[in-house]
Amino acid sequence: MSERFAAKRLLSRRTIGLRAALPAALLTAIFIVAGHAEERGQAARGGLEAKLEYCKTCHGLQGQGYMGYFPMPRLAGQQPDYIEAQLRAFIERRRTNPIMFNVAHVLSPSMLTALATHFKNLDPRPFGGAPRGSLSEGKKIFQEGLPEANVPACSACHGIEGKGQNEIPRLAGQLYAYTVGQLTGWKKERGQGSAVDTSAIMAPTAHNLTRSQVEAVAAYVSYLQ
Amino acid sequence: MKHIGLGIAILAIVASAAPSWAGGADSFGVRNCTWCHGASGQGYMVAPRLAGQRPQYVESQLRSFREHTRDNPFSKQYMWGAVAALDPNAAHELAIYFATIAPKAADDGDSDLAARGRTIYTEGIPEANIVSCYACHGPDAEGVRDIPRLGGLAYFYLKSRLEQWGQGYHSSAGSPMPMVASHLGPNEIKALASYLSFVK
Repeated sequence: MSERFAAKRLLSRRTIGLRAALPAALLTAIFIVAGHAEERGQAARGGLEAKLEYCKTCHGLQGQGYMGYFPMPRLAGQQPDYIEAQLRAFIERRRTNPIMFNVAHVLSPSMLTALATHFKNLDPRPFGGAPRGSLSEGKKIFQEGLPEANVPACSACHGIEGKGQNEIPRLAGQLYAYTVGQLTGWKKERGQGSAVDTSAIMAPTAHNLTRSQVEAVAAYVSYLQ
Repeated sequence: MKHIGLGIAILAIVASAAPSWAGGADSFGVRNCTWCHGASGQGYMVAPRLAGQRPQYVESQLRSFREHTRDNPFSKQYMWGAVAALDPNAAHELAIYFATIAPKAADDGDSDLAARGRTIYTEGIPEANIVSCYACHGPDAEGVRDIPRLGGLAYFYLKSRLEQWGQGYHSSAGSPMPMVASHLGPNEIKALASYLSFVK
C-alpha cells in the first residue's frame, strides 16, 4: 500500500508534462515488482507457519507427540541433526514409513532446517500415560545397561538426562508406545544402510533386550522432562 | 400418511430386530437413539451410523453435546436436548451397545471420486499441507480408542463434518480436526467422503 501511495505522489508531482508520465509509469512498475517480492517473502514465512501447523497436526500442538492409530513421536526438544538425518532416511527409504516418505520428500533443505530448529526450542511436558510398574528397572537399564546380556547403558550415548546430542536422539519425554514400537521392530523399519545411518547401531544394541525390559526402559524415558 | 406408516415400521423393527442391551433394546435409552439413528444404529438421513463406532468416541461425543462443545446446527438442534438428561453411566452403556452391532457401509458416495479419495486418505497431499488420515484413523478407517471409525459412514455426514470444521465448528478440545479440515478444498472433501462411504 505504502509503495503505491508513494508512487501516486510521485505521479502527481510529475503530471506537469506528458513526457514525465513515462518515467512515472516505470517507477510504478518497479514498485509493483518490489511489492510482489515482499509478498513472496511473506509467502515463505507463511509457508513455514503452514508447514509447522501440518507437522503439529500429527505430532501434537506443542510437538509433544500424539496417539493416533499409530504413535506419533515427540519432536519437541529433539536434536536437529537427528530430525534431519531421519527425514533423509525416509526419503531414501532407509527407514520404511510410507506416510513419512510422502511428508519428507516435498521438504526443501532450508525448510527442513527451519522446522528442526523450531522443534528443538519447544519444551512441553511429557505426553505421559506409560505404566509406572517398572520405572526403577527401566532407570537401571538406562543408566547401567545389562552387562550380562551385553546391552550397554542407554545413557552412555543418549546422556544421563536422555537429551541426546547431534545425530543421537533425545529420548526424554518420548511416547511410551513409540519407543516400545521402535525397540521391538528395529530391523523391520529402520537402520537399513549402516554406512550412512548412525541409528543402525541400535539393532545390535537393543536386540538382547526382552520385551519387558524394553517396556521398562521406554516407560522410564517417557517420564524424563 | 406416509410418515405415520414409516413411524410404525420403525417401531416394529425396533421392537423386534435390535439386539439386546442391559435393560433390552426396546428400553428407553436405546429407543431414544434409534428413532433417528436407525433401528439397528446404521444411521438414517442426517443422523450418523452408530453401529460399530468406537465406544470411547461415542462417549466423548455425548459428553461434547452435553457440554455444548460440539456445536454444529444439527447437534444443537437435536443432540444437545437429547443428551441433556443422560448420565455418564447410561452414556457408557449405550456406547458399548452400539459398538457391538456390525456396521454396514453406506456405499453412497461418487464412485468416480473414490480412487482420488483413497490417495488423500492414505498419503495426504504433502505439497498442500494436507495430512494423511490413515495415521490416526487406521488402515481400514476403523478408528481406535476415541478416534472414530470413518469407514462406511454416509457421504452426506462425512462431507458435512469436514465442511463444518473448516467453518469453525468444533467437536472437542484438543482435536486436530479443525486444523486438518481447514486445508481441505471442496473437491478433496467430496473425494474423501466418497471413498470412505465405500470402506467396509
